[in-house]
Amino acid sequence: MTAVSRRDFLKSSALSGASLVIAFHVPRRAEALLLASAPKHPLPAPNAFLRIAADNSVTVQLAHSEMGQGIWTTLPMLLAEELECDWASIRVETAPAAPAYFHTGFGMQMTGGSSTTWSEFDRYRTVGAMAREMLLRAAADRWKVDVKHLRVEKGFVVNGQERLSFGALAEAAQALTPPTAVTLKPPSQWTLIGKPVRRLDTPEKVTGRAQFGSDVHFPGLRTAVVARAPVFGAKVKSFDATKARAVPGVETVVQVPSGVAVVASNFWAARLGRDALDVQWDLGPGQDVDTVQLLESFRALATKPGAVALKKGDCDAALTKSKQRLVAEYDVPYLAHAAMEPLNCTVRLEKDRCDIFVGTQFQTGDQTTAAKLTGLPPDKVNIHTTFLGGGFGRRANPTSDFVSEAVSVAKASGVPVKVQWTREDDTQGGYYRPMFLHRVEVGVDAKGFPSAWKHTVVGQSLLAGTPFEAMVKNGIDESSVEGVTDSPYLQALGAKLVTLHSPRNPVPVLWWRSVGNTHTAFAMESMLDELAHAARVDPLAYRVQLLKGQPRHLAVLQLAAEKAGWGKAPPPGTARGLALHASFGSIVAQVAEVSVDEEKHIHVRRVVCAVDCGLAVNPLSLEAQIQSSISFGLGPTLHSALSIKQGRVQESNFADYVVLRLDEMPKVEVHVVPSKAKMGGIGEPATAPINAAVANAVFALTGQRLRSLPLKLV
Amino acid sequence: MKLVVNDKEVDVSAQADMPLLWVLRDLLGLTGTKYGCGIAQCGSCTVHLDGQPVRSCVTPIASVGARKVTTIEGLSADGTHPVQRAWTEVDVVQCGYCQSGQIMAAAALLAKTANPTDADIDEALAGNICRCGTYQRIREAVHRAAALRASR
Repeated sequence: MTAVSRRDFLKSSALSGASLVIAFHVPRRAEALLLASAPKHPLPAPNAFLRIAADNSVTVQLAHSEMGQGIWTTLPMLLAEELECDWASIRVETAPAAPAYFHTGFGMQMTGGSSTTWSEFDRYRTVGAMAREMLLRAAADRWKVDVKHLRVEKGFVVNGQERLSFGALAEAAQALTPPTAVTLKPPSQWTLIGKPVRRLDTPEKVTGRAQFGSDVHFPGLRTAVVARAPVFGAKVKSFDATKARAVPGVETVVQVPSGVAVVASNFWAARLGRDALDVQWDLGPGQDVDTVQLLESFRALATKPGAVALKKGDCDAALTKSKQRLVAEYDVPYLAHAAMEPLNCTVRLEKDRCDIFVGTQFQTGDQTTAAKLTGLPPDKVNIHTTFLGGGFGRRANPTSDFVSEAVSVAKASGVPVKVQWTREDDTQGGYYRPMFLHRVEVGVDAKGFPSAWKHTVVGQSLLAGTPFEAMVKNGIDESSVEGVTDSPYLQALGAKLVTLHSPRNPVPVLWWRSVGNTHTAFAMESMLDELAHAARVDPLAYRVQLLKGQPRHLAVLQLAAEKAGWGKAPPPGTARGLALHASFGSIVAQVAEVSVDEEKHIHVRRVVCAVDCGLAVNPLSLEAQIQSSISFGLGPTLHSALSIKQGRVQESNFADYVVLRLDEMPKVEVHVVPSKAKMGGIGEPATAPINAAVANAVFALTGQRLRSLPLKLV
Repeated sequence: MKLVVNDKEVDVSAQADMPLLWVLRDLLGLTGTKYGCGIAQCGSCTVHLDGQPVRSCVTPIASVGARKVTTIEGLSADGTHPVQRAWTEVDVVQCGYCQSGQIMAAAALLAKTANPTDADIDEALAGNICRCGTYQRIREAVHRAAALRASR
């Protein structure tokens, strides 16, 4: 079933505060018709995604979360392209958690994997087209003319000199049977898709009106701050809350599975109360985690083959026969997502319903978790998605940690409560991009090109121990080796072996913008650069040679190189480095221009980025996402790392978990390859190659090959 | 305790060491000012005290005194401050969480330096973290806001 009932729809509208009088709505009986007529690909129910009110406003329901990536604008563009409404009449709401809003590819309601635009490209356009057809038919009935004499124009149906607004037709249109098939406009007729369109959420976001999870407020709401385990996996042994209860404003202190929650009338009181708690912990094995030792253990593991992710030919024999062998190890540390809005979740639990107000990327996962915890059926758990103050993967947790904890606090305290994490809580709370080590051994021929590629990856699986564990097949979590096993450089190579070790430890891990590509791109593109230099071949020419038969990759690489002035002298004191990486269905090449100061600090001056992502639906938004991805990737390139000693995360806030600031932001130039290829994503792919592009530029400038992130010159 | 917030006198009952940020957010319901770090490292909580940008997360309420507090809600009546207009034109925001702080910092810079250079912008705004990396458009928008102010 892919539709929300009218009652549910109206209910959700009421919850979101809309004053709906007359809605454009497809009656329920039409669903059967839709399903019967097109059993394989039923048309979506337009009422779940759109309503047109008498005032002509067109309200679009978003099946995905807005976390900065711009889908608040892109999805309405798709719908409006077909509906032909006035762009100024668009209003946007986030949909409730319901099956109607499941991801078209992934079967659950979620936002991630750089997938929103491509996965909704057909659905939102189709909804717009269905509504347009029904409005046209309503107008034809009104005027008693053949629908073929009518056309739509900017929110009106036009018949010669006469016109009727969508709002005036909405009520009549909703009584009609929806079309069973619609024809979508050919690209030549698009007026919105492919054009730069400014964001629709700007007015709220430049005035402070935008509601994030942490801004949720209603009468009776309390704030809680939780004392969580000092090492991962620790359990509360006992606690003394005497001092905490004495803090003015503190109302109650409750134990929950993750720790001890102090519930107060406001955040500051809860925070002071939490800091005054005396908690004794049963630390468990988490206290032994030490990232220095862990890396050494990874190094030892990497000399032995792991589970086979890719095997072709006899790699060891080919290595033995090769003219020369190069071996290199690359490592990357644990990383926190550090979204600007520290984690939070608000829960109002009543006898027969639970309302959760949260910036989440995983609506239906969170709903299921909350249903289990409360004993309520999932449809009694209402997820109200707010704006997300950044997501980057942290707000898409299969274990719903920040949601389940808030439900537990609400349950234990008996009051509606917002659990607000401090920055320190957020930094030290786990669910990190895992530490990874790659050992890459390459045999080369007489010209210095690969004849054998042996690659061992070591790092925690993101999926192990989660509800998605079944996706790990034969010991291979694809997210650990993506970017290596499918490398365009290795396609034609006859001898290759990629293996994976996924050692477990108590540190919780999670996807982090661009996921496995964050480390595989660093290893692959650094190694290619090393090979090029060893072969005394220009790094661009070396890659071009290996990319024969990969025309899309080649075009992207050459566009970036050309726009960067590759082969021409860089500005004095700078050097250039190159990297290419494909992920999430898109191909990205970057040329970084770097300099180094007297204190050996690396400065990234300019990044030229070329991309082939198929159709660029909103070029203005695409450019923003590329700038964003590069900025996000440069933090770990230059600064960010988490270290753990005796199980304790050493970094806690932006003073020691250093991210990119404005004065370090390079000039980013974005070039899009016009492409008819299948649409890919754009939120993540440009994060992956930046580490290597910078490391390769640093080598070109200084002769130092840096194989650990963050890059530190000696 | 009496405060002047966005040109209105308000009376709040709070401990002397409660940071202005939490007075604004939790006691006065002005949630446009954001919590990002609590230790004056990220700038999300930037407000003006008599026009000077301060980090409200480390400003005890008792230290505010008679100084006028201006938050993002009070920067303009209708979102048409030159900085807000420039932010809109340049399409700066992404997730938006840090932008109240960025805008308040930029507005304070322009009040002092009508035509800032890139170096001025770097200096004034390096204290404001944006994890979405809107920095390049922030630079562009500050220049644009300077031009809008000049043509006013």
